[in-house]
Amino acid sequence: MRFGVVRFPGSCDEVDALEACRRVGDAEILWHADPDLGGVDAVVVPGGFSYGDYLRVGAIARFSPVMESVIAFAREGGPVLGICNGFQVLCEAGLLPGALLPNVGLRFLCRQLDIEVVDTDTAFTRACAPAEALSIPAKHQAGRYHAPGDVRVAFRYAHDGNPNGSSNDIAGVANEAGNVVGLMPHPEHAVDELTGSTDGLALLRSAVGLARA
Amino acid sequence: MPDAAALPTVDDAVALGLTRAEYALIAEKLGREPNEVELAVFSLLWSEHCSYKHSRALLRTLPTEGERVVMGPGENAGAVDVGDGWAVAFKVESHNHPSAVEPFQGAATGVGGILRDVFAIGARPIAVLDSLRFGEPTSARSRFLLDRAVAGIGHYGNSVGVPTVGGEVFFEGSYEQNCLVNAMALGLARREDMVRSAAAGVGNVVVLFGASTGRDGIGGASVLASAELGEADEDKRPTVQVGDPFAGKKLLECSLELLDRGLLVSLQDLGAAGLTSSSAEMASKGGVGVDLDVARVPLREEGMAPFEIMISESQERMLCVVEPARVDEVLAVCAKWEVHGSAIGSVTDTARLRVLDGERVVGDMPVVALVDDCPLYELRPQRPSGPLYRAPAGSLAAGASVRETLLALLGSPNIASRLPLYEQYDWLVQSRTVRRPGQADAAVLAMPGGGAIAVAIDGSGRRVAADPYTGTVEAVLECAANLACVGAQPLGLTNCLNFANPEKPHVAWQLSESVRGLGDACRALAVPVVGGNVSLYNEGAEGPIYPTPVVGMVGELPDPARAGRSGFAREGDVVALVGPFAPVLEAGELAKLRGDALPVALPEVDVRPARTTQAAVRDAVRAGDLCSAHDIAEGGRLVAVAESCLAGATGARLAARPLAALATALTPRGRAGRAASRAQDGVPEPLAAALFGEAPGTGFVVSGSQEALDRLGARTPVVELGTVGGDVLAVGDDLSVALGELAEAHAALGPLFP
Repeated sequence: MRFGVVRFPGSCDEVDALEACRRVGDAEILWHADPDLGGVDAVVVPGGFSYGDYLRVGAIARFSPVMESVIAFAREGGPVLGICNGFQVLCEAGLLPGALLPNVGLRFLCRQLDIEVVDTDTAFTRACAPAEALSIPAKHQAGRYHAPGDVRVAFRYAHDGNPNGSSNDIAGVANEAGNVVGLMPHPEHAVDELTGSTDGLALLRSAVGLARA
Repeated sequence: MPDAAALPTVDDAVALGLTRAEYALIAEKLGREPNEVELAVFSLLWSEHCSYKHSRALLRTLPTEGERVVMGPGENAGAVDVGDGWAVAFKVESHNHPSAVEPFQGAATGVGGILRDVFAIGARPIAVLDSLRFGEPTSARSRFLLDRAVAGIGHYGNSVGVPTVGGEVFFEGSYEQNCLVNAMALGLARREDMVRSAAAGVGNVVVLFGASTGRDGIGGASVLASAELGEADEDKRPTVQVGDPFAGKKLLECSLELLDRGLLVSLQDLGAAGLTSSSAEMASKGGVGVDLDVARVPLREEGMAPFEIMISESQERMLCVVEPARVDEVLAVCAKWEVHGSAIGSVTDTARLRVLDGERVVGDMPVVALVDDCPLYELRPQRPSGPLYRAPAGSLAAGASVRETLLALLGSPNIASRLPLYEQYDWLVQSRTVRRPGQADAAVLAMPGGGAIAVAIDGSGRRVAADPYTGTVEAVLECAANLACVGAQPLGLTNCLNFANPEKPHVAWQLSESVRGLGDACRALAVPVVGGNVSLYNEGAEGPIYPTPVVGMVGELPDPARAGRSGFAREGDVVALVGPFAPVLEAGELAKLRGDALPVALPEVDVRPARTTQAAVRDAVRAGDLCSAHDIAEGGRLVAVAESCLAGATGARLAARPLAALATALTPRGRAGRAASRAQDGVPEPLAAALFGEAPGTGFVVSGSQEALDRLGARTPVVELGTVGGDVLAVGDDLSVALGELAEAHAALGPLFP
């Protein structure tokens, strides 16, 4: 199992994502200007601030050469996980429905919180138990998910802990096919007891063994 | 002979912050009158900010040697060896005046600047801490400065992928006009990969890379940083730089890749005074000359004069020296990271800084004159004969009970929970943060070799204002105590000396006494000073700030899994006080709430027993003996116990007798009358001192098993107070406060960030 982790100019969490993936498989960096995905089995679009996000978060990143390939990979059924800024990029790219708006408080918030697994049938939740609560940190300024209608909810903020005002406490969603998942909290920052939690590993383990369609 | 058209006058020099005597000296060193470019360059390099002309002699008295020191003062940042071939670089720097004028950008660029200092020596930035001072939150100006400075720190730190792992904030009236924004950064490097900034190799190429150069921040070091703040500061807004964290992130990655590939001879960041100071310092350290062609500098706007290009403080730029054969590779790496890279000059054997505009020489100055010949000024310290600071407005009613006093202290802006601030910072990126803000007295970061480092930043302006020598000793002790609470042994210290105008004798006295205290404390604790920064002229029309030496300390611990926590954790654990703690109310937080004026001095601190206690606590934490360890700071013992309750979300039941005994022990014969007179006001004075008095860095509240505390008691004074458990903090039968009530009081800063 080999993960590819995209690096945009301004990505911040790509090394953490790379190391997290290496706890469950092999992983390598995919450079934004290079359309070649190198035959990876799954793609992680990590957090940070792609291209500075001066226009609208994720709006520029979605046009990068690597994203053209990621879009094709996802359309063929390849597992793609978008975390935080990566979630925003996947929404901008049309791989996931909806959009991420500024937090209701208009402030950046960094907080360890619990999310509930709503759907255990996606590429990144197969290893989770139904309604399982995962302790995973979230940190963002534009994480208020706006659902355009019925969406496939993958995660919700648990225990009234919605930090950003997202609709129906949605923390993450999947596409209809379930191979593309995006969420605002950071599973790659919940992979080691030493730094707080290992609950994020379940998402990455879920993808292990999924063959490219 | 450089272009001599329209020579500036001595009055122009004075307007740029130089004295008439300094102007004459410049002319003497040049052998002629300086032209516009040269005067601009000299005015910046001879400013206090760049030359330390009022503080250099004092700073030389600080201990800088130590077995673990890898880089000491003089480089972009200091560094200590943390084992396994790794070094940790760190430095704290001020961005006070820019933040007082434009808090968001001032604070943001303060973070950006200190990060560049760290990666300039080849270290990847791994953490930021900040130390902030504002006027009282009752003031609209202070609330605005706080809100925007916190947002600015987050804007930069959160965007570049460096966690903000700790910090401190205090609110005092003396900072109303002149807030303090100090930022500290830590970086991690392989020892053999660290680079210095000395230019070397005649014929080598000087490459400028990063953002383009504009008119922002012109005169920041001289006009803004080296003069008192005044009425017309609105007009100084153009002297504040504008930060771009995205450009900063690309610059960081580009710099580290250039170093990683071994393409650079030396590297220097462009901070205060821009190209001027970076080129002069590189040349000075290497004993060489540098030619720079300003016509080759990528500009943000047309028509910039050579002197503007030389002194612009546009952010996110670096200067490096490269062998001619490697220039193309360097420029290719710059292109990969989408930053400008331009060869703008060369290293020469002339020992002169020559500024060219194409073919034309527009400035030609001896490097020694620029960097070493600035006159140093002797301070004329004089102890003030009367009080310098007004007594604060009291807010605690006379006759307040223990309960009311406790809740008032917990809700005091200087003690209330910092959660509303640190929640706005990414404290976890890079996956090293083993103890995050709110979990322990110091941040703990896992190291690649399996061990960990701890870092804390501290400084109490009020106590230093009361007694510059003892207050500074206490700040160092408290920082070391914070490290002891997580099990860390200090390795090195950095400092930022925030003071008012040193040309005034009483400020000179504060500064020299404070530095004497800093040196004595560091020697007594065997902690070397590896770097620092001086910020002077921090005063406005209302008067000087409290003298505020801020110390940042880095230590190590062998096992991150055993890093200490501040919160009670295990039902039934014994709660105990540890250390030779001899508290007084004077200059403490309760004295402030009561509206008491500052005392004329603090009781002397004996560092030796405090050091013994810190070592004992550190060892107990490392052994896994203690469930919690928390340094007794603002608000004294009872506040420290309440903080441990809140951090662990569990109550504690204390027996009344040991606290009463501590109070009795504190009743000095001479003070009996005064104690009696206060008794009718509610809490008897000795009890108030026992519960709420302060003696920074000398006492701890810990919890653990009976056996563990017996072991600790064999090494240092331990007084058992009670046990952990329940959902109230109770003292005997007299006091019982629900955890929820404590938490509500402690959440007082929340409304400042709606």
